[in-house]
Amino acid sequence: MSTPPLSSLNPQLSTGSVPFPFAAALPGPSVRAVHDQFHGDLLEVSMGPQHPSTHGVFRMVATLDGEQIVKLKPVFGYLHRNHEKIAENTTYLGSMPYTDRLDYLCSMSTNWAYALTVEKLAGITVPDRAQYLRIIMAELTRLVNHACLVGFLFNDLGTSFTPLLYAFREREKIIDLFEALSGSRMMCNYQRFGGCRVDPTPEWLETARVLVENFPRFLDEYERMLTGNEIMLARTQGIGRVTPAQAVNAGLTGPVLRACGVDYDLRKVDGYGYYPRFEFRVPLGDHGDTYDRYMMRILEMRESVKILTQAFRDLPAGPIMDPKAKLRGFRPKAGEAYGRLEGPKGELGFFLISDGSPNPYRYRVRPPSLINLTLLEDMCLGHTIADSVVILGSIDIVLGEVDR
Amino acid sequence: METVEQLRDRLLARFPAAKIELVTNPSAAAEHSLLIDAAHGRDIALFLRDDPTLRLDYCSNVTGIDWPDKEITDITKTTVADPAGASGATKVVEQKTTRIQPGYLEAVYHLYSMALKHGPVILRLRTANRSDAVTLPSFTPVWRSCDFQEREIYDLYGIIFECHPDLRRLLMWYEFKDHPMRKDYVEPDDYEWEPTAHGAILEKAKANRLTSAPIAGDAATPGPGSAPPATKSSNTEAKP
Amino acid sequence: MEMSDATPTPAAYTPFPAAGNIPDADREDLRRHGVLMTSMEELYNWGRSNSIWPLQFGLACCAIEMIAAATARFDIARFGAEIFRPSPRQADLMIVSGTVTKKMAPLVVRLWNQMPEPKYCIAMGACAISGGPFKQGYNVLKGIDRFIPVDIYIPGCPPRPEALLNGLVQLQKKIKGEKLSGPDAARFTRADVPSEFPIPEYGAHDLEPTKNPAVWTPPAPPSA
Ligand code: SF4
Repeated sequence: MSTPPLSSLNPQLSTGSVPFPFAAALPGPSVRAVHDQFHGDLLEVSMGPQHPSTHGVFRMVATLDGEQIVKLKPVFGYLHRNHEKIAENTTYLGSMPYTDRLDYLCSMSTNWAYALTVEKLAGITVPDRAQYLRIIMAELTRLVNHACLVGFLFNDLGTSFTPLLYAFREREKIIDLFEALSGSRMMCNYQRFGGCRVDPTPEWLETARVLVENFPRFLDEYERMLTGNEIMLARTQGIGRVTPAQAVNAGLTGPVLRACGVDYDLRKVDGYGYYPRFEFRVPLGDHGDTYDRYMMRILEMRESVKILTQAFRDLPAGPIMDPKAKLRGFRPKAGEAYGRLEGPKGELGFFLISDGSPNPYRYRVRPPSLINLTLLEDMCLGHTIADSVVILGSIDIVLGEVDR
Repeated sequence: METVEQLRDRLLARFPAAKIELVTNPSAAAEHSLLIDAAHGRDIALFLRDDPTLRLDYCSNVTGIDWPDKEITDITKTTVADPAGASGATKVVEQKTTRIQPGYLEAVYHLYSMALKHGPVILRLRTANRSDAVTLPSFTPVWRSCDFQEREIYDLYGIIFECHPDLRRLLMWYEFKDHPMRKDYVEPDDYEWEPTAHGAILEKAKANRLTSAPIAGDAATPGPGSAPPATKSSNTEAKP
Repeated sequence: MEMSDATPTPAAYTPFPAAGNIPDADREDLRRHGVLMTSMEELYNWGRSNSIWPLQFGLACCAIEMIAAATARFDIARFGAEIFRPSPRQADLMIVSGTVTKKMAPLVVRLWNQMPEPKYCIAMGACAISGGPFKQGYNVLKGIDRFIPVDIYIPGCPPRPEALLNGLVQLQKKIKGEKLSGPDAARFTRADVPSEFPIPEYGAHDLEPTKNPAVWTPPAPPSA
């Protein structure tokens, strides 16, 4: 096969640091060209895997000219826990607790993504009440995730912990609810193929409803403290910009994509679950910079509150499990299915291949955190090393999902 | 969006030399996929991305799959008259023939269109075998989202993606030699005995205990961590 | 007034008993009367046990619970351990909070080697103890105690923040009981006990070596 010039295939590929054999074919400055302009030396800085601002054991190797980044390569795998291999040796249901540990901030939505895929694979239906409960759990998770993310983002901006304390105050309230329901604070293991595991009591629902009712107050408080902050504006506006074409081509999903103004929310596009029954808007950004990515989170939390209010209002009575669904001895027919949903971080997908045995033949997770990092280098090029941690913070990664 | 059959026919009309097959999916999801040949892979991918009615501008998911060599036993049954039979009974004679269906590695691409909001179109590419002819064209030049995912497949399955701009291991360390997601990968055995309900692990631990006599020898001369203080000081004194 | 009578005969000198030799009850009694009596050892251990600086070092899910322990609801500051240091050179305590993969293990050992003595290690969560739910993984180290000595094990997946606090209190107890001299002196006072451990290397199939026999030996299987 002959090697076509890559730039002719994909203009979005023109990153500054494509390695040598391809660099010649690309427009724009290549690393070698940058080298030639230099009189001084470049400095290579390895950040992580133990670094307070890399959100876990993530590592990036940045090449610096003074303080400016001219090249940045992420290094993965420090939390590669072989989730996929283990799942191939476990039953379908046995993998459910492992999905909790994929994205450990949002176990409820990860559970749902997996349950959704298995239901698609085996053709299981889900009763009304369970559909509503799933939406309640997923949106509560979104609140937890986005609130914590904003806290972490401000940590990276140097606020030393304060916003995070506010975020964790709200998180504790929500995960107390999760604990009351599922028995575990973080690892809920709540969804099942064909429904949910436990039915919440009326008191639980009332507590949750009150929490959601009061949540906008927290958001107002949060925003009063953060959104107009001068340092925040100076350090996020115009930093780490991505164009819509770049973002689509690199497969960004979730708030990071919508911050560029691309209207693609799986809750609307796929309309999975009962989302088409709900009224909510999809916030879109304009500039695709760090500030827009921050605003996306705040606005999405406000929309989630709307969805939750409707869900509590309309929650029907009824069973929470499909009576035909089998938990033990579950063997779907041979075949494959790719299921995806809009997780708090982006498109969270599972790809399952069944060969008719109790274990999946192939179990693949499509991790939004990993794929959203594709453009990390492009976002960081030309900015200072201090900005790179803010940009990384605004992408919102969880290492359990990046490395699996 | 057009059906997979229509799409296959259109692709065949456009690329008459290409081999394009429909792979049906018998599960409830019923999302069928297209098996395309490696030689035309990139042309087809570009066409799918740029075709105005498809505009599959978003490659969501890339999956590597390992299909090892399969031994298939064909059983042919023939009925013959049983010579020892008392009442002219017949006997069924089974003839078994085994053949080896060669294995291959497969990469599956899930394509969607963000512009037109449809999908998925599923592409499959297969390598010729699992050992030496494991090259496939990389789709990273077409969709950048394949970048890390193809690196991951290279790492865990060993498919070599031609024209990938940066094909290094993604998850394991660079010195690592194996491809651990392959079905025949044997992981390093570092199980100690433990009380567990998993039969497989206990078996492994037992096997480990039998084969690893040197470890038992190690345990007989314990290191300073586990030894009583007297042994410890004598141990350390022995070392200069 | 007879002068000679006024001169008291000096009592035989009895050395003041070392603080450690005064019964606890007496010492407690004195303390209630405003006399604080202590020993160097006790004061030293009291001080360092109440100002443990952990290494800010999160590996996986358990790290989130570690952060939760530091936030307002659980408030690890009540036990003097809220100063999470990003640099190992300033830290006393390494909380291994999460799955240690084989790719990460050499770095954990290196961080441990960079910490100054006295240093302590808490293995938080099933993963750090034994590999936990991911024990069957090819890239998962089956317990960080294969390479470095662990003082406190906190089971759970993830352990609740209260469990982490309990582990911290246990560690404080351990520190308070440590002797600074004598035959059973604490590990860090002894020159013959290593405080740095060999860092495993990335091999072609596994880490090399896969364990440090000076720290860890496989548990004996049941004789049956
Ligand atoms: S013990 Fe459980 S919660 Fe902790 S790191 Fe391991 S899997 Fe995650």
